[in-house]
Amino acid sequence: MTAFLAPLGGGALIGASAALLLLASGRIAGISGIAGGLLGPAGRDAVWRVAFLVGLLLGPVLYRLAVGSWPEVRIEASWPLIAAAGLLVGYGTQLGSGCTSGHGVCGLARLSPRSIAAVVTFMATAIVTVFLVRHGVVR
Amino acid sequence: MNFSHLAAALISGLLFGFGLAVSGMMDPERVLGFLDFAGAWDPSLAFVLGGAVGVSALGYGLKARMRRPLLAPRFEVPTNPRPDARLLGGAALFGIGWGLAGFCPGPALAGLVLGLPSILLFVAAMLVGMLLYRLTTSRRPLSRGASR
Repeated sequence: MTAFLAPLGGGALIGASAALLLLASGRIAGISGIAGGLLGPAGRDAVWRVAFLVGLLLGPVLYRLAVGSWPEVRIEASWPLIAAAGLLVGYGTQLGSGCTSGHGVCGLARLSPRSIAAVVTFMATAIVTVFLVRHGVVR
Repeated sequence: MNFSHLAAALISGLLFGFGLAVSGMMDPERVLGFLDFAGAWDPSLAFVLGGAVGVSALGYGLKARMRRPLLAPRFEVPTNPRPDARLLGGAALFGIGWGLAGFCPGPALAGLVLGLPSILLFVAAMLVGMLLYRLTTSRRPLSRGASR
């Protein structure tokens, strides 16, 4: 059971981040929206978006200082697969107005029907994709 | 835009990145292990999402009692409740990309600080994908009913 304390605690911190941004700044903590908003004419909004992203980058650094090691990151996918994945994630999150954080963490918390539909959809296509890559013919 | 507003955004980002690191979500193999029901299923991501949605929901509960945010003139939360083809199509594409490599935007951006070439490649491709969307849709109005 203790194996799930870190995921649960880490998740609670992510939820606290979303609650803070909402209650202080009135914004949704959706990473694809915060990052994507910097690619257009963001104007004055650019400043808080950059501040959030700087904090996001410092998060693992704080972890390194607190725990003594970097978080584990194991990447098995080939470079062509990673490039294709990045394109799909970038395009898909802009077309679909969100990712795991905006639709998942924030959208599910406020019971948004759009976000619930989005989460069900991206979970389903992700599960099918993983099945095909790991147990099927794609690779 | 003032100092406290910026500090709130910075601290929120820091909490998010630290939470990702603690949760194990920055590890694509762990994410793929959650999505892999035909393999040795790893349920830990469900605990991450559960913890995150639970605490986030407390925030949205408090919001209902507030007229405006502490540091901004108004809440900027989407009000359109209806799913549409764009939303579902975009979510479907995002899910395929997520399942291919195990990266979604938060862990990938936070992971930049590790300096791994694979993460740099993923984020570069993701930004290209975002720009492609902007370039292909910029001339069309975003409002409903404008599409033919």
